[in-house]
Amino acid sequence: MIYAEHINKSFGDQLVLSDVTVGFEEGKTNLIIGASGSGKTVLLKAVAGLHKIDSGKILYDKTDFTALADKQQKEIHKQMGMLFQGAALFDFATARENVRFPLDFFTDWSLAEKNDRVDFCLERVHLGDIGNKYPSELSGGMQKRVGIARAIVMNPRYLFCDEPNSGLDPQTAIVIDQLISELTHEYNMTTIINTHDMNSVMAIGEKLVFLYQGKKEWEGSRDDILHADNKPLNDFVFASEMARLLKNPIS
Amino acid sequence: MIKKTLELTGQYILLMKRVFTRPEKWRIFWKQCLVEMEKLGLTSVPLIGIISIAIGAVLVIQTAFNIENPFIPKMYVGYMVRESLILEFSCTMVALILAGKVGSNISSDIGTMRLTEQIDAMEMMGINSANYLVLPKVVSVCLFNPILMLFSFMVGILGGWLIVAATGMITLSQYSTGLRFAFNGYYILYAVIKMIVFSFIIVTISALYGYSPKENSMEVGRASTRSIVTICLLILISDLMLTQLMLN
Repeated sequence: MIYAEHINKSFGDQLVLSDVTVGFEEGKTNLIIGASGSGKTVLLKAVAGLHKIDSGKILYDKTDFTALADKQQKEIHKQMGMLFQGAALFDFATARENVRFPLDFFTDWSLAEKNDRVDFCLERVHLGDIGNKYPSELSGGMQKRVGIARAIVMNPRYLFCDEPNSGLDPQTAIVIDQLISELTHEYNMTTIINTHDMNSVMAIGEKLVFLYQGKKEWEGSRDDILHADNKPLNDFVFASEMARLLKNPIS
Repeated sequence: MIKKTLELTGQYILLMKRVFTRPEKWRIFWKQCLVEMEKLGLTSVPLIGIISIAIGAVLVIQTAFNIENPFIPKMYVGYMVRESLILEFSCTMVALILAGKVGSNISSDIGTMRLTEQIDAMEMMGINSANYLVLPKVVSVCLFNPILMLFSFMVGILGGWLIVAATGMITLSQYSTGLRFAFNGYYILYAVIKMIVFSFIIVTISALYGYSPKENSMEVGRASTRSIVTICLLILISDLMLTQLMLN
């Protein structure tokens, strides 16, 4: 369980997160949703420890992450995996080397053992035969899948995904969503996904947190979201023409 | 201006604190050192070679032209070329050239990694990115650049020899006598120390600008330019200080 308590974060004079308190449930896909500029990415990165918060607490299983020394934070970081918006694969390394990267640093395994683990992870994301290609030779969807393989290679307890579907066609986006959801349940990870894609929300969202102008406006499940009595949330959910038609079908 | 300089100094100190820590794995560290030595050092050899041979030749022509006096022995051409090369050109000028090549390379590489979240990805894994990316560069450049400097010195002497042989403005014997005249070995040590200091400045300052937060690719280019300007200024200031300290 990850718990963010009264988080405040600003960049210069601009307050980006204002008194956000939210819990992310273990073994579930937790989605942070909201319009662009609502503070989703900042919240995700703050929880993951990539942004230092101005005030508040971030608790990992009751351990206050924000109060830990760098060395102890690093130990918790080793239990995290993250899929970045642009995959963030290392340009200087092949797909296989990218996935092996954390293993090289934090295990004393032989090369054969490491390669076995890398092969397993690449197979798990349905990319068995592209190991020797560089990121620039891969499509956006493939890069995202290599990013997922790299994120899970160390068997993390926590998985963070920053807009996993951005820049992908709808079919590939569904594949990525399903993959993240499957892995979350397979390895009982606490997964936090930041998205504004309503398809993802309805397909894999188990716990939803809606941010609006830097504040937590609503939280609940995907069953509640369509019936929520919250104007900013309704404006966000029913923004597309298709969603409006579903809500108010033409007679 | 003062606030910005103080901010940068603070960021520099914090970055250096992260750079100079024990590497996570020594095997990976040494491997990276070799990779960087090849990327930042060996690839500079042709550029430094061409520039040094040309400068050596030009120095001979200019010196011979300027001391066209029956009271000054011709062998002083060789002597002055040697002194100019070792005292200033092969360390300071070569460092300024490397500031452009190596400094912009490091700054734009790290800047791009920062922009595309590759550095965040390393931090998420629990890897000290500054230590992994910058320390091998510092070690390899500080070790290799003095060799590059000695190479530049020798190639510069060769450039002078070639022009003497080609034009006959002085004899080869006068040139080689001048090269050996009143040789002071301490100057080599002085030049090596200067080069190590300049190399440290080149790598760490370009890394500092590479690490600065970026919103778009234009800022990567701007940071690269700013890093080269700052490196050049710091090289010239430290050159002045080291010369005063070591030769006075």
